[in-house]
Amino acid sequence: MAADFVIEGLKATIEGKEILKGINLQMKGGEIHAIMGPNGTGKSTLASALMGHPKYEVTAGTAVLEGEDLLEMAVDERARAGLFLAMQYPSEISGVTNSDFLRSAINSRREEGSEISLIRFIRQMEAKMKELEMNPEFLHRYLNEGFSGGEKKRNEILQMMMLDPKIVILDEIDSGLDIDALKIVAEGVNSMRSPERGFLVITHYQRLLNYIKPDFVHVMMQGRIVKSGGPELAERLEAEGYEWVKEELGIEDETVGQEA
Amino acid sequence: MTTQTILPVDAQRLSELSQSSGEPGWLKDSRLQALELAAELELPKLEKTRIDRWNVNNYGGYKASKPLAQLSEAPASITALIKDQEEGSLIIQQNSGVIYTRLAPELAAQGVIFTDLQTAVKEHGELVQRYLHKAVLPNEHSIAALHAALWNGGVFLYVPKNVVIETPLQAVLLTDDAEAAFVPHILVVADTNSSVTYVDNYVSDKAEAGLHNGAVEVFVGAGAKVRYATVHQLGVDTTDVTYRRAVVENDGTIEWIVGEMNYGDTASDTKSVLKGNGSSSDAKVIAVGSGSQKLNYTTQAQHFGKNTPSDMITRAVMRDAASSIINGITKIEKGATRADGQQTEKVLMLSPKARGDANPILLIDEDDVTAGHAASVGQVNYEQVYYLMSRGISRHDAETLIIYGFLAPVVSQIPLEGLRNQLQSLVERKLGQ
Repeated sequence: MAADFVIEGLKATIEGKEILKGINLQMKGGEIHAIMGPNGTGKSTLASALMGHPKYEVTAGTAVLEGEDLLEMAVDERARAGLFLAMQYPSEISGVTNSDFLRSAINSRREEGSEISLIRFIRQMEAKMKELEMNPEFLHRYLNEGFSGGEKKRNEILQMMMLDPKIVILDEIDSGLDIDALKIVAEGVNSMRSPERGFLVITHYQRLLNYIKPDFVHVMMQGRIVKSGGPELAERLEAEGYEWVKEELGIEDETVGQEA
Repeated sequence: MTTQTILPVDAQRLSELSQSSGEPGWLKDSRLQALELAAELELPKLEKTRIDRWNVNNYGGYKASKPLAQLSEAPASITALIKDQEEGSLIIQQNSGVIYTRLAPELAAQGVIFTDLQTAVKEHGELVQRYLHKAVLPNEHSIAALHAALWNGGVFLYVPKNVVIETPLQAVLLTDDAEAAFVPHILVVADTNSSVTYVDNYVSDKAEAGLHNGAVEVFVGAGAKVRYATVHQLGVDTTDVTYRRAVVENDGTIEWIVGEMNYGDTASDTKSVLKGNGSSSDAKVIAVGSGSQKLNYTTQAQHFGKNTPSDMITRAVMRDAASSIINGITKIEKGATRADGQQTEKVLMLSPKARGDANPILLIDEDDVTAGHAASVGQVNYEQVYYLMSRGISRHDAETLIIYGFLAPVVSQIPLEGLRNQLQSLVERKLGQ
């Protein structure tokens, strides 16, 4: 079944301050949506609120995946329902190896007694790591501890590949990546494209979208999606910046907290 | 104001006991002097810990223990610990006396001595006298004095010059009779260029209040290497006060591995005195506190020799209303040039009522040294929990991964596989309830 994902009227606050002011977005399986916008417009908040970061409080709206409202669920339930967020700043967790962590994550999706066998798991993980040109020693390294920025991002993509989600959110996956690493990460994402899976790519550079071709592009300002279009919108933003959008919409300051 | 030490025994009774056990005169005198000291001395001063409010007077009296005819008769409470030990080197103390001693014949043939300390004072009197109470001094405080007056059972391990022993020697020390004094003394002497690993376990099986007043003395000869591993898993009713000291000669090495898995109040002090040039010390302490335990763990390294590295790591997890004070003291004496003292204390608290204090202390009287410390006290990081949960892992499993992960960097460094697994399962037992 194709993963239909519908966000309606999503509002979220942090420490009482409203950051998301009513997000509406519809995605179908197989589609890649890009969310662009300058810093401070709420893009990453959208990603975190959908995943359920404890700092953000959702005050209104729904995010329905295959008939179920993710916002009613705990973080782990959202993940098991098929949501995956590749984070901008993944946590470092000392003492927990990458492989123990990922095996726990995979087994959390399986019934007790039908856990993935160690050999099969290692084989899968090694194959995926090879695709991402990761050193096999990362299997046994503590989770993200001492990883460079680029290594962390690859590790996020590795997790995505292993967990086979229905909706993938990539939050600034391109930040801190050099062009070679960016290509590898993009290839990893492209290899996961399928009619059953939707992608929401958050970025403020068009650069990433040269490698991951979006079907739809949305511009966020002041905690809302203010403009949507096809891939040509990203190209125009790259060429001309955001000023024309602001002018067109009569926005002076695009950051959250400033009203049009 | 001074508090009067309550003596659990009078001089006459102590003297009679010593005589009836056939102890040499020097030992009787030593016990009597220590008893006198005990009357004068105060309880040890522990950082932020009112040990005077602890139950530290439940000594009980000396009760003879009946030796085992064979290992299979050992009390059920320790069978898991002595499994497959028929051929190994093993000492078992039950309450006031040792009930089983076995030294592997190939070690005996090399001149290794491994026996209870009460036997050793008779058979190897001069050797024992040279070392006994020379590292943990009876005049330090009333607990040390009472230990020196009352010690019973115990272990004496002597490794001759150049003898290298691969297989660990083991001891199990059990208290299961609250009326019987449980005051074992462990004395390890590793002669020049020898090498040995010793592992012991402290276990209780009783419901009444009791006390373990323990002392460990390790003398590491020039170029010798001693690995000393100890796991305390005494029950909630047993208060544990243990002093461990190693004195290390030129180029000698002491390695401590301490598992603090008691359920009762515990004070322990593990100290390496790096006397010789080039001597070194490495201490790893893993602790889990639960219930309403009061805990005070101290590790110390005192550098006298030149070129002496020391490293101390304590990692403690506190749950429920457990409260822990964790001290690390690195002392570098004048003249200990190119000493390097490092220490880390970390506490992870799992409940709002749990308490942890880490106190790193560096005392340095020499310029040409390196030293460092790191300490942290914190709770399970909610960002980490969120991250793990965002991959589908339940909150409970996420927290468990993080807690074990906190201890893992130290546990994984433990070089003895059996001990590593045992500690892992004790941690799981203490955290899993």
